[in-house]
Amino acid sequence: MLDATQNVTRTYLDRRVEEFRGQVARRIDGSLTEDEFRPLRLMNGLYLQLHAYMLRVAIPYGTLNSDQLDVLAEISERWDRGYGHFTTRQNIQYNWPKLTDVPDMLGRLADVNLHAIQTSGNTIRNVTADPLAGAHADELIDPRPVAELIRIWSTDHPEYQFLGRKFKIAVTGSPNDRAVTAAHDLAVRIVERDGEIGYAILVGGGLGRTPVVGKVIKDFLPQADLLPYLEAVLSVYNLAGRRDNKYKARIKITVNEMGLEEFSVRVDEAFARIRPEFSGADQHLLAELQDGFARPMLAPRDSGAFEAAYEADPVFRSWADVNLRPHFAEDYAIAMVSLKPHGGVPGDASASQMRVVADLARRYGQNEIRVTQEQNLVLPHVAKADLPAVFAELKAHGLATANAGLASDIIACPGMDYCALATARSIPVAQEISERLAENEIEVGELAIKISGCINACGHHHLGDIGILGLDRAGVENYQITLGGDAGPDMKIGEKTGPGFAYDEVVDAVERLIQAYLDLRAEGERFRDTIARTGAEPFKSALYDEENRHAA
Amino acid sequence: MAKRFQPGVISANDLISGKVIYLAANDNWVERLDEGEFITDEARAEVRLELALGQPEIAVGAYVAPAEATETGIRPAHFREDFRATGPSAPARKSWGIN
Ligand code: HEM
Ligand code: SF4
Repeated sequence: MLDATQNVTRTYLDRRVEEFRGQVARRIDGSLTEDEFRPLRLMNGLYLQLHAYMLRVAIPYGTLNSDQLDVLAEISERWDRGYGHFTTRQNIQYNWPKLTDVPDMLGRLADVNLHAIQTSGNTIRNVTADPLAGAHADELIDPRPVAELIRIWSTDHPEYQFLGRKFKIAVTGSPNDRAVTAAHDLAVRIVERDGEIGYAILVGGGLGRTPVVGKVIKDFLPQADLLPYLEAVLSVYNLAGRRDNKYKARIKITVNEMGLEEFSVRVDEAFARIRPEFSGADQHLLAELQDGFARPMLAPRDSGAFEAAYEADPVFRSWADVNLRPHFAEDYAIAMVSLKPHGGVPGDASASQMRVVADLARRYGQNEIRVTQEQNLVLPHVAKADLPAVFAELKAHGLATANAGLASDIIACPGMDYCALATARSIPVAQEISERLAENEIEVGELAIKISGCINACGHHHLGDIGILGLDRAGVENYQITLGGDAGPDMKIGEKTGPGFAYDEVVDAVERLIQAYLDLRAEGERFRDTIARTGAEPFKSALYDEENRHAA
Repeated sequence: MAKRFQPGVISANDLISGKVIYLAANDNWVERLDEGEFITDEARAEVRLELALGQPEIAVGAYVAPAEATETGIRPAHFREDFRATGPSAPARKSWGIN
């Protein structure tokens, strides 16, 4: 498999680390003020949060090998508190680094070709992709070569270091979008038309205070036109994007204010100008990248051991039913590794847990690990015959909760436990909901609960079946509930239900919603299907009507 | 109308560790809110804030953190300051069986 290192070479990374080491020294000896230093540290993914610094490390398209995950574990032990937090944008965040240690941390990351460049600031951020890329049975084509091409093109690109605002790109090669693509500034969906592979391009998606579903600007872009087209989009955004108001600076606002049609015309004009500059070198590179991401050779394996364990062990069976996803190879499966133990912090993994997963990938999983937008890990290529052994090892380390896609598989942002921008806590709300729902979540079935600790919506609350947004109302935490969001290919923004709930009421409120669903659902209906059929009224009644409130 | 002055303690983050720190009456920076100087007077707040802002090699982002005097001592006057003073509320390690 290819390493994420084309122009992000070791020399380049070493130079960046030493440059940052110098900047830290100059901040400490007083030659740089905080105002001068802040943008420099942000260029290296270093934030100052509520109680500590926070270092955000990119995991390009969510793909790690075992050595890389081992190093992420090692870093958490040597320079942090022995754990890391995996995020919805395929990053890992360390919550407790010391300023003086960060250059060493970056140096150690560089040993395995990882870095924190462009994980903050008004640049093109870490390019994300389907976390099950190159493994899922439903995939048209592996999106990672395209994601890598975009990453190589955008990393350290001089024109895109000071955009009007951050710019997020996601790529999927599957019709069952698992990369939340329509919530990105720009999305690339790989599609097929008349036997030819090309790209559907969406622009102007985003969450935050103005949630917008990305709009299709091209339904079929030929492969060779991708980079010039992206340059065209960025050049129009760079010129027309608003720099007067931070809240209006994202491309979603530009597209909304200008209208998709006008925006599209300007992009086409820019494209006509830019296209001749691309001689085809990018297409040679893409072909090379595709070779690098070629599917692993998977030997046929007898699945008898899997069938036997499935029959004999009900705990294994329920894990297999909930956490496995279909692999392109018959005798193999994709194993979702839950970072959502009931009552745990969503997305946190201890150093020893990271090592266990790295080791399992080495022994049973082609050395590959993925990080999902749901804040879990994945072993993408496991022979079914090896699953009982993998399960036993995961279970021994608290990593085998059978809840992938269920109610306790909650996305939650750091909220006021860590984040300096938060208006309320997210993590403890997630913990309590997950404990409360643990018992009957299998009966409840597929359900997405998503929690953000402020309007920035890092926890994707707009896209939850049940979304929870924590606010500060007159000095008290208050939680607003939205219903009917959907993060899939036909993305929907959830709708507010009404007045918010106090911290100690919100878990009961969620429970009432779930009870209402169980009462209302027809055979085979998921939560979202029931809402689509009944509308939100019966759910609002469950939330707000007096008799229901007391019943809970 | 000018914003009403809210009593509090000068607080910031430590440059090296990022930890929450408070300015004490003896000009030292301390880690406990109730050891910080409780300031009830706007003019005094300005003087102390100036001192804090003049120490960029120690303190980042100094401001007056709202606090109030209670029977049990100086306490944060807003839940955000509560969390700053006490650290993350979440029993993070519960997930891993470690304490
Ligand atoms: C703790 C430090 C963090 C800070 C300071 C932070 C800051 C922000 C801000 C200011 C925005 C709004 C941007 C805008 O609308 O222009 C935002 C959006 C977002 N952040 Fe974070 N965030 C943090 C952590 C996270 C984490 C942990 C995740 C993943 C779990 C995350 C994922 C996102 C996502 C998905 C969005 C919405 C995407 C969009 O607006 O298009 N962030 N963040
Ligand atoms: S949603 Fe708000 S509270 Fe949560 S991580 Fe993002 S900025 Fe912080």
